[in-house]
Amino acid sequence: MSQEKYGLLIDYEFCTGCHTCEMACKVEHKLPEGQWGIELAKIGPREIAPDVWDFKYVPMPTALCDLCADRVAEGRWPTCVHHCQAQVIEYGTVSELARQIDKQKMVLFVP
Amino acid sequence: MAEENAWRKIEGDEEVVRTCAWSPPGCHPVGCGVKLHIKDGKLVKVEGDETHPITQGRLCVRCLTLPEYIYHPDRILTPLYRDPKDRGKDKWNPITWDEALDIIEEKVNYVKENWGPESQVVLQGTGRESTLYASAMAYACLGTPNQSSPLSGQACYGPRCTVADFLLGAGYPELDYAAFFPDRYDDPRYEVPKYIILWGKDPLFSNPDGFFGHAIIDLMKRGTKLITIDPRVTWLGVKAEYHLQLRPGTDAAVGLGLLHVVIGEDLYDHEFVEKWCFGFEDLAERVKDWTPERVAEVAWVDPDALVGAARAFATNAPSSIMWGLALDTATNGVQASQTLLDLAAICGYMDVPGGITLAVPASFMGKWRFEIINKLPAELKAKKILNPKYLAWNATATQAHDDAVLDALETDKPYPVKLVWIFSSNPLACCGVQPKRWLEALKRTEFNVVQDVFMTPTAMGACDLFLPLATYAEHDGVVLPHFGRNTHFLGAMNKAIEVGDCKSDIEICIAVGKRLNPAEWPWDTAAEFFTAQIKPNIGLTFEELQDEGIHMQSFEYRKYETGGLRPDGEPGFNTTTGLIELKSTLYPDWNEDALPYFEEPFYSPYSDKISDEEKAEYPLVLTTGGRVTASFHSEHRQIPSLRAITPDAIVEIHPETAAKYGIEEGDWVCMENSLGRAIEKAHLTTKLDPRVVHAHHGWWYPEQEAEEPNLYGVFKSAVNELIPHDNCSVLGWGAPYKNVICKIYKVNSLDD
Repeated sequence: MSQEKYGLLIDYEFCTGCHTCEMACKVEHKLPEGQWGIELAKIGPREIAPDVWDFKYVPMPTALCDLCADRVAEGRWPTCVHHCQAQVIEYGTVSELARQIDKQKMVLFVP
Repeated sequence: MAEENAWRKIEGDEEVVRTCAWSPPGCHPVGCGVKLHIKDGKLVKVEGDETHPITQGRLCVRCLTLPEYIYHPDRILTPLYRDPKDRGKDKWNPITWDEALDIIEEKVNYVKENWGPESQVVLQGTGRESTLYASAMAYACLGTPNQSSPLSGQACYGPRCTVADFLLGAGYPELDYAAFFPDRYDDPRYEVPKYIILWGKDPLFSNPDGFFGHAIIDLMKRGTKLITIDPRVTWLGVKAEYHLQLRPGTDAAVGLGLLHVVIGEDLYDHEFVEKWCFGFEDLAERVKDWTPERVAEVAWVDPDALVGAARAFATNAPSSIMWGLALDTATNGVQASQTLLDLAAICGYMDVPGGITLAVPASFMGKWRFEIINKLPAELKAKKILNPKYLAWNATATQAHDDAVLDALETDKPYPVKLVWIFSSNPLACCGVQPKRWLEALKRTEFNVVQDVFMTPTAMGACDLFLPLATYAEHDGVVLPHFGRNTHFLGAMNKAIEVGDCKSDIEICIAVGKRLNPAEWPWDTAAEFFTAQIKPNIGLTFEELQDEGIHMQSFEYRKYETGGLRPDGEPGFNTTTGLIELKSTLYPDWNEDALPYFEEPFYSPYSDKISDEEKAEYPLVLTTGGRVTASFHSEHRQIPSLRAITPDAIVEIHPETAAKYGIEEGDWVCMENSLGRAIEKAHLTTKLDPRVVHAHHGWWYPEQEAEEPNLYGVFKSAVNELIPHDNCSVLGWGAPYKNVICKIYKVNSLDD
């Protein structure tokens, strides 16, 4: 049986777009300017009906994301999970994380 | 490598120092928990401290990039002196601290002998650690009664605290986010607020006054709903159940309208009003005419949203309100704040679980920093620079009046100001209104001192001695959320590294104090000073506080029932009537209406104080100062990782308005009114009313030419050039930083 995959579960209902995940990753992995291991996507703000707005941020792991293998090996959370100000990023096995998807506006990344 | 102790651990080849953050780099006293990773004496990484009760490991981009800030090649690492005749020129010479202190001693004595001690002024900025120590520099080091800020009408925190003092007799009223409880939201005493009104506040990115902004998200996840009152639809505004998108500067009208609904529909807490409020009948009479339709006309707020918000707030106990800077940055803000406190009071949300916490004001060093003025002789204290028209300020404030200080600098009245000490602030780039006037005014003195981390436009343009500041990783200190006015913990700040020849604000005070006034400065180190300040209050020495890390404060609800809000221990509030004064017993003595009222901003489309021609020429409402995460006011512009997040000063314009003026996304746009002009880059967004534009504040360009006349381009995007001087409330507090008028037009570059 193949080894269980790990991923990041993101509750983008509450992502505030604070850039902490991007920066925590950049300093942890000493990435040069313009390179990111996780990057924010922005939707809106746009009014889709009177007083109804679509305005969301979604952090997306890039090709450089290794799920903080070194940190995880030391028993710590990936740095984006640890530092996220809105606490919207969870790390775990895909099956554990999938079980936690119990509401709208969540996305599971398996980088 | 240093020894291990309670707050310093060895991990492999690194030391890890656990500490609480404050400033520099600039921030409010949230005291975020950080772990500083040190290798070979150098800070290599900052990690959030997961054991911190409030922040729980979370950090923002400014702490994460601290090594970039600390080891930036432009950082000033030694005192610098420049001959006063060379102000504006890059002719600084490095000197030692002893030489700096010699110069200070000579200049201070010269000024004192020739013009008196009162001819010296200490100016502070906002939010930073220096807030605790600027008054000590004035009163206990220089011996002047003049401590102030370049911030017109003390329009940051001061107005709200003062209104709270007058009407509640209590320290800063804050959202109850279980901050006092070690087990936080799980504490059995705690209740989650059903609604929070965020009024003129975007706490996610301002982390105001010691409040951890993302605690709002904690509460939203636990079911709290939001009501936002903001000219912009912010991210929180999008999430809000009710968003009241008001015209900037009309907060008092919105407050009167909310009260109209709550009282008119009989939704208030009768028992609380009868027992604990003064002046209810008069307030009810005052708000009678403020129908939702009238509010809609004045404030552009949707009347249905206003009614819905009022009902939701009043009928869902407990609910809470957070009041923001927008209540300070309006001439009529004092009255808006009064409506806000009235609303919270009559709904019964004061000092209850999930409501608004109250505290006895000015505990810990918040008390010391103001009481130290009493060491000055009475006749010297009486010389404080004031404006006679501000009766309330003159009767109650410790500080010199901010606008009167600029007047004195410009006119030598009531007497000349000859020495200015800019205590960790950059007024030309940030808090000063009419910054060009400030520059010329500062140039009229004999001698100006500044302390900061980087060379700034203010230092380059107007100062003679530059004292280099140590960051929070480089000095011992304490963090006092809410500056002692409603403080849930006292946090230790532990020195982890040394960089250059820098000192903290309090270390500068000690060094200068020992030279100029040794009797008041018996302490040799910051640690000794802190022990002397905190031991009488909490029984801990500074070293014991370091070992404890965070000293949580005990808390009890409904202190008005138990006597916890009054010095005499009697139940009630610490006001003249012993009640919350919906109608002030103090205001009439100061020529102010006892009840809240609405007054048009001086510069508004409906103002009767300016001509129709002026209103036609400048048809848009200009609001300023929305926060971004990558900077604290004017700081951080030279930090590459942070500048990459917010590379430009942005003016937000509705697409319809932009189209009308031929402006496209990314164009350079000049904002102009009868007072001044500023250029920023256009961002088109529908989150604003088409009649309103919003401009970033605090912009300067460290990458540009330092010398005058450019001064790092500080006047190019100086939106405060469009804000009037001395346009304060009757009481003297508050100024219209967020509500003036302007026109906009496309220009070719930042230099147009």
